[in-house]
Amino acid sequence: MTPVNAIVAKELRSYFVSPIVYVVGAVFLLIVGLLAYLYIVFTGAQAIQLMQVQGQAQINLNDLVFRNLFTSIRFVLLIILPILTMRLFAEEKKLRTFEFLMTSPIRLSEVVAGKFMSVFLVFLALLGLTTLIPLTLSLFSDFDWYPIFTGYLGLVLLGALFLSIGLLASALTENQIVAAFLSFGFLLLLWLMAGLGSLLGDTTAGEVISYLSFMEHYDHLVRGLIDTKDLVYFCSALILMLFLAHQVVDSDRWK
Amino acid sequence: MIDVQQITKRYGQHTAIDRVTFSVAKGEVLAFLGPNGAGKTTTMRILTCFMPATEGTARVAGFDCADQPLEVKHRIGYLPETPPVYQELTVAEYLQFVGQLRGLTGSTLRGAMVREVERLGLGPVQHRLIGNLSRGYRQRVGLAQALLHDPPVLILDEPTVGLDPKQIIEIRELIKSLAGSHTVILSTHILPEATAVCQRVVIISGGRIVAEDTPDRLSARLRHSEKIALTLKRAPADIEVRMRQIAGVQHVYANGPPGNFMLECELEKDIREDIARLAVTNNWGLVELKSISMTLEDVFLQLTRHEEGLSQSAEVAIEPASAAAGDKTEAPS
Repeated sequence: MTPVNAIVAKELRSYFVSPIVYVVGAVFLLIVGLLAYLYIVFTGAQAIQLMQVQGQAQINLNDLVFRNLFTSIRFVLLIILPILTMRLFAEEKKLRTFEFLMTSPIRLSEVVAGKFMSVFLVFLALLGLTTLIPLTLSLFSDFDWYPIFTGYLGLVLLGALFLSIGLLASALTENQIVAAFLSFGFLLLLWLMAGLGSLLGDTTAGEVISYLSFMEHYDHLVRGLIDTKDLVYFCSALILMLFLAHQVVDSDRWK
Repeated sequence: MIDVQQITKRYGQHTAIDRVTFSVAKGEVLAFLGPNGAGKTTTMRILTCFMPATEGTARVAGFDCADQPLEVKHRIGYLPETPPVYQELTVAEYLQFVGQLRGLTGSTLRGAMVREVERLGLGPVQHRLIGNLSRGYRQRVGLAQALLHDPPVLILDEPTVGLDPKQIIEIRELIKSLAGSHTVILSTHILPEATAVCQRVVIISGGRIVAEDTPDRLSARLRHSEKIALTLKRAPADIEVRMRQIAGVQHVYANGPPGNFMLECELEKDIREDIARLAVTNNWGLVELKSISMTLEDVFLQLTRHEEGLSQSAEVAIEPASAAAGDKTEAPS
């Protein structure tokens, strides 16, 4: 077993023996399920209305349910993912196991990678459970699967980015609450940068600021567009955050 | 095995350790003795590559801590001040994780786990969550962790803290049994521990090494005076003056109940016979007369006090030391 695998296995065990994953998972699934329910009921009501007016209704589930759902999940992730990542380094520092980890014969990059992988796997498992929504709907209705795949790709990339930001925040402090709030703050800032960018309009500054926010990149994927530019954005942002987390942890040793 | 040359560690303006130099031979057990905040933990953290020194070099088993940290880390078992345990894991799961991090696999890992569980008496708690264990057990789990990959060098930061007296003796025996095959550095502020376990003691105070030698030689070398406890049934009022007539007596204090005195005299001058003669001729009722040699505790206090207050005179600095040796020394009479 390589050190990275050992760390992933240990972190997963830590996640699943603590109540965090169960609580966060239950809340996440409940809210996503509720959102899906609301959008479906709303769509159904619209369909009935159209039926009454036009006598027939062509309902696009992709537009009315899934696009709305993917757009809303974004916000749910912003709230719950920092809760999953807050313990990663902060807890090690608080409980003094950090020193043990740093004096083990493994590279710091392996520690960062292992920690990220573990929380990413937890996230993928939670996200996997939400696929029950499109699967169930497919029994009753027809819709285009392609934008659903790209939407899920968007969620995976967005989740990875949020988790890497949470990991960085956790590396900055030994207080888990502070870590969670730091990542909330940073994620909200990135979110609002989209608004600031559109406010500045077509200027260079406006375009740069909009590009830095994850909003437009994620929206492209939700709309079914796979653009290399967006994939490059997510991958480079993820690598940058993990690199920064690595540097922050490393610099801790110098203090 | 361990070679430390002129290492200095500064945190901003604060200098934690200042040009510390020492070396440890293979198979030797060295104690780091010093008050809290003296720089023991900082030195250990540099040796374990947890943090780099500001200046100077530290080498373990021939590898430089700054340049080849992975090689050094492979060869060190380290027990930090707080046992580095994950509360949500069982003892067995924890040791397995530790082994995997250090590259142990399969039967080697299982063998190492069985050996350490046996050696530290962790059998009964093997499958319990570490979070539910007592401080003593956690400390032992921490030691098991340090020993798991059978490293040639062990660095133990206060290994017996939190243990009960029986466990302390067991752990000391364990450390003694490791001597020879392992190179051990342990830090402590408990003096008998250093005397009991180590071949060599480094006393560190205010970030600087103030003394380094075997426990016996250290107390001998640093003894400024010999002490004699004296009990008289009918002590004269002018005892100090009378005693000072004997060549070699430096100080006479009342010590404890009336009739008990402490005499400080020059080194290597056995004046007990003279004292006895004087007491008997004057019919003072000699009850007890014994020489007290300075313990390591006195040496330690003396050295570290000197370090703290340079304004204090040497004489003042000796006083607390004699308090430790003579139980209740009162102000000089």
